[in-house]
Amino acid sequence: MKISTPLTEEVIEKLHAGDRVLITGTIYTARDAAHLRLANLIKDNKELPFDITNQIIYYVGPTPAKPNQVIGSAGPTTSYRMDPYTPLLLKHGLKGMVGKGDRNKEVKEAIKKYKAVYFCGIGGTAALIAKSIKKAKIIAYEDLGAEAIRKLEVIDFPAIVVNDIYGNDLMMDNIKKYKVEE
Amino acid sequence: MRYIDRDLIVENVEKLCIDACYSIGDEILKALQKSKDKEKSAIGQDVLSQIIENDLIAREDYVPMCQDTGIVIVFLEIGNEVHIDYDIYDAINEGVKNGYEHGYLRKSVVRHPFDRVNTKDNTPAVIHTKLVTGDKINILVAPKGGGSENMSLVKMLTPSDGYEGVKKLVIDTVFNTKGKPCPPIIVGVGIGGSFEKAAIIAKEAVMRPIEDSSPDEIAKKLEDELLHEINKLGIGPMGFGGTQTALAVKVNVHPCHIASLPVAINIQCHAARHKEVTI
Repeated sequence: MKISTPLTEEVIEKLHAGDRVLITGTIYTARDAAHLRLANLIKDNKELPFDITNQIIYYVGPTPAKPNQVIGSAGPTTSYRMDPYTPLLLKHGLKGMVGKGDRNKEVKEAIKKYKAVYFCGIGGTAALIAKSIKKAKIIAYEDLGAEAIRKLEVIDFPAIVVNDIYGNDLMMDNIKKYKVEE
Repeated sequence: MRYIDRDLIVENVEKLCIDACYSIGDEILKALQKSKDKEKSAIGQDVLSQIIENDLIAREDYVPMCQDTGIVIVFLEIGNEVHIDYDIYDAINEGVKNGYEHGYLRKSVVRHPFDRVNTKDNTPAVIHTKLVTGDKINILVAPKGGGSENMSLVKMLTPSDGYEGVKKLVIDTVFNTKGKPCPPIIVGVGIGGSFEKAAIIAKEAVMRPIEDSSPDEIAKKLEDELLHEINKLGIGPMGFGGTQTALAVKVNVHPCHIASLPVAINIQCHAARHKEVTI
């Protein structure tokens, strides 16, 4: 299923755990240190470096681009480290996250409450995913290097819906399905 | 005595860092293919296809297979007939610095766990040194990503926990990590020695050839049983559900104190990068 950003409520309602999506449009990168800064800005009632309303944040710290590249290798990083900040960002309008690995209970509850979606990329497939990134520009926190916030323009960026607004959880449901009991 | 030039160390470490990040070993690629053939879930098969495709793109386009090009772990073996008149750790770090700069690899090392300021050249490397016989130096370079390393642990069990206690700890640890460390994983287990010895032999276990078995009979039995049990957990490739959670389990054992049963579990993602050279 092809989807575009910014996300709308209509699209989010159509997404179910297990759906494979190809994302086209603008997505923003932010990982550990950037999340801490974003959360602190919100707590201090200050303006964020970009408007997160209806946007997707991709948890990634790419490798440096070679001279002929838009961006270096850019696969997802493990999401649970962002769990402490995610409900706050969702409350302030963020609608999607792309990372890898499962999320905690609070994040899953916030996804339902604020009508958002958690996607996973395939961890480690950084050379493959980079091919769908057509433009990349650092828009904040350049001092953080790989962790700086980048605005990416993507075409057919591949991801899988893991947590949807209906409380489905691809990982937990499928792990139960393939678990061998004796 | 044989003199080994400093430049040779620097150049080789640079090349090893880049090669390890750009090109997965053939044996890992073969193991991933085998794992794909065995995987029962459709989504798991699809994930493994994409992992293999990614590894082939990385080789062909000469780019890092994963954006997390790691902190550099070096296993260094120095022959007792080798003469060096310089700081070899300094030479290794210079090689790392050059490799990460010239190879467009991500610099992921911070100078202090609390102030977290990036050193901007991915140094210092973590270097483990062994003195061996002979007139050669062997350098194994393993860039280790944070995602899988974060899922590792050291736990001090007691002798009464025994074989079954160790088994339970490994299985519980893997189950709790689910898709976080990028399965299919390689599980390195170090049992015995002391607190720190267990951790080192667990990491050495990850570096063993993927198809080998421990020469120790009990450790081999544990490897086979753990691989079987882990692949029954249902986690599957990237935690999306399936039958292929681990490519291999490697158990290394070491003598220990009468009161002790230290266990270390080092989790390695599917990008099991390591390259070595003998100079």
